[in-house]
Amino acid sequence: MLGRLSWAAIPFDQPLPLYAMGLVGIVILVVLGIITKKGWWPYLWREWLTSVDHKRIGVMYVALALIMLVRGYVDAIMMRSQQAIAIGDAQGYLPPDHYDQIFSSHGTIMIFFVAMPFVIGLMNFVVPLQLGVRDVAFPVLNNVSFWLTASGALLINVSLVIGSFARTGWMGYPPLSEFAFSPDEGVDYYLWLLQISGVGTLLTGVNFVTTILKLRGPGMIYFRMPVFCWTALAANLLIVAAFPILTATFVMLLLDRYLGMHFFTNDAGGNQMMYVNLFWAWGHPEVYILILPAFGVFSEVVATFSGKGLFSYRSMVLATLGICILSFTVWLHHFFTMGAGADVNSFFGIMSAIIAVPTGVKIFNWLFTMFRGRIVFTTPMLFAVGFMVTFVIGGMTGVLLAVPPVDFVLHNSVFLVAHFHNVIIGGVLFGALAGYNYWFPKAFGFTLDEWWGKASFWCWLVGFYVAFMPLYVLGLMGMTRRLQHIPDPSWRPLLLVAEAGAIVVFLAILCMAAQLYVSIRTREQRRDLTGDAWKNGRTLEWSTSSPPPAYNYAVLPRVETIDAFWEMKRRGLTAGLTPGEPAYQTIEMPRNSPIGFVIAFFAVIAGFSAIWYISWLAILGLLAILVAVLVFGWSENREREIPANEIARMERARLGLGRPA
Amino acid sequence: MTVATIDAVHTQVPRGRGGGGPAPTRIVVAYGFWIFILSDFVMFSGLFAVHAVLSGNTAGGPTGPELFNLRNVFIETMCLLFSSYTCGLGALSAERRQPERFLVFAAFTFVLGAAFLFIEIREFAGMVAQGAGPSRSAFLSAFFTLVGTHGAHVTGGLIWLAYMVAQVAVKGLRPHVLRRLLCWSLFWHALDIVWVGVFTLVYLMADFQ
Repeated sequence: MLGRLSWAAIPFDQPLPLYAMGLVGIVILVVLGIITKKGWWPYLWREWLTSVDHKRIGVMYVALALIMLVRGYVDAIMMRSQQAIAIGDAQGYLPPDHYDQIFSSHGTIMIFFVAMPFVIGLMNFVVPLQLGVRDVAFPVLNNVSFWLTASGALLINVSLVIGSFARTGWMGYPPLSEFAFSPDEGVDYYLWLLQISGVGTLLTGVNFVTTILKLRGPGMIYFRMPVFCWTALAANLLIVAAFPILTATFVMLLLDRYLGMHFFTNDAGGNQMMYVNLFWAWGHPEVYILILPAFGVFSEVVATFSGKGLFSYRSMVLATLGICILSFTVWLHHFFTMGAGADVNSFFGIMSAIIAVPTGVKIFNWLFTMFRGRIVFTTPMLFAVGFMVTFVIGGMTGVLLAVPPVDFVLHNSVFLVAHFHNVIIGGVLFGALAGYNYWFPKAFGFTLDEWWGKASFWCWLVGFYVAFMPLYVLGLMGMTRRLQHIPDPSWRPLLLVAEAGAIVVFLAILCMAAQLYVSIRTREQRRDLTGDAWKNGRTLEWSTSSPPPAYNYAVLPRVETIDAFWEMKRRGLTAGLTPGEPAYQTIEMPRNSPIGFVIAFFAVIAGFSAIWYISWLAILGLLAILVAVLVFGWSENREREIPANEIARMERARLGLGRPA
Repeated sequence: MTVATIDAVHTQVPRGRGGGGPAPTRIVVAYGFWIFILSDFVMFSGLFAVHAVLSGNTAGGPTGPELFNLRNVFIETMCLLFSSYTCGLGALSAERRQPERFLVFAAFTFVLGAAFLFIEIREFAGMVAQGAGPSRSAFLSAFFTLVGTHGAHVTGGLIWLAYMVAQVAVKGLRPHVLRRLLCWSLFWHALDIVWVGVFTLVYLMADFQ
């Protein structure tokens, strides 16, 4: 009846997960209690959970990413502490079984539930505003995407309490991840939760490619799009082209595990290296799915806070598209040690070095944008400058690893761990945090506290260097990754330094929390009434109010140049400055819909049941999704109209105008 | 799937290429669905690649030429190709607002699609009965998964077709029904394209292993 699920799945014998579970449970209960007591449920349900407004969905994505960042960080500090303690005779506090789950969940969470939702959240919030339109192409689908991603995040947290997570690392390589070697539910959690959130990500990709290619505002030809939109386009093209490979690969591993097939098994003709190839044929484009939007954020931030247009817009666009294409030609550098031979390894080594060229073009473009600019060192700008320094170091260690003979020495060492944290923290995370600080005033109508923001930046920067530079050295000294126990006591000093760095990163997270708290408490003094919160805004999102109305623009702005809003300001054409009122027209907006929440609810049930072999419930869950889709597909009247006089009233209130005489 | 409806923008700049503002809903929906189909093609290309790698790994079990009955596969292929033809005729009838003709062609399409599925399922059942099921060898895993994934798509397409027939019968050929019909026929033709690959690479070229 309940498949493999029994009371034994709950780890009563291990105090650590139980404490964690108790703590998380209490926090969730308190939050739910407060919401219930204050009577916020109807508001939350109506305005957020069922919202199809791209801005709200974007905010929910970023909130999910920030919460999961804390979870991923807890995993990280547990690993660092274990490695700082378990040296020589000491065994540390984490048994191997638990330690292996932690490094697996750390990677899975940080990639799929921090980095991905963060950049997708920023794209959701910003892209339609920058394109000068009112929503994405498929607003309801957008809500479905969010909830499917959230379902995956929920399931990975459930695995903390019920059963265990994978012990295979975040890549889940067979044959270890095959049923013969990992018969329990850990790998099944990994596969099913990533399949569910992967569908959400794929739909996001379809949605944004369509939005950017077919739904731009009047006059917004391709070469007038802000660079962030270009990078979003490239990232979403990569999602459409790469995520189905991951889906297919995981389907095959699931078939191996559940139906005894032989794609990646040791016997009957299976081929493990095929999994590794397929995984990275997705995995390397995935790296650029994450970093390209971060490059876009930096392009906006650097131009804004240098008071200049971006240096060489066209080369920036071409570099973005070049990276987009080249990203599919380098996957084999993740496993030069496969033994494909010198010719294959040379090809992929050279391609990996070549892909650094367009990235270098971008770095120079940002530097030349700053050159002779009037630079304002706000928090986003600090992240941008910190990124440029840090990312160049990470890029250079990447080019080192792209040389196959060097890679043979450094493969699977903590040198590699240092390298990819160098580019993911110094690139993706700094980009995401720059974007968070940069667009927060647009999203909520008040600015974030700069003092705490700068404090968090410095803690992130210092914490990163202190935590990861020692790993480069340790890697060269021969330390391999994922060690639960350190055999060589001479590594201890550097491991202690890395531990100290991880603690500084904790301070950075605390500073971010303090920044949010202080800013909300003092929000009345920090209201942004102009909509152009940084006074230097160049792109269209700064031309509407903060926060923007549901329809974004009462009249769709006409675009004649790149940096359209800068040009409008230059020519004195901004709202409120031009005499008279535009002729407002009725606007049709999509209605909110519970379908995303409903689908995700049943997807969680179906996924959980599949993990535990509760077949009847898994089938019921899938059928429920089918019925929900069919019922929703029958409905009409999915748009509501906002009448012209209502829009005129809102616009007058926003611009501080009285009633017209 | 609703679409953000943007009010008509009056402008001198010609539409397309972004000059004239957002594209009309019909274009946006069909375009978005095409992008989705492209992602489906990417997934199939993964399965094709795996089949290419594993097709010789029979682990001492039966090979493709020993198992395949090309006459049946040819009949199956013709069913699917003709169903695309009737699907096209149905789409034309819908464009001309002739719901009765559409329903007739939809029925033909459904029957042909179901016949395709019936032949495929019979083939699968026969192979399993011979002890050549998907867990026999890596080759058979790849075969059943590639062909079966296509079959699952055909099944989904038939359910969707039945649903569209119901919508046409109850609501008539209204704009939003027409948009969904357009997506459905794109989907059905895309399955044909994939099947041409399956027929060629899996069945016809099995002898060249």
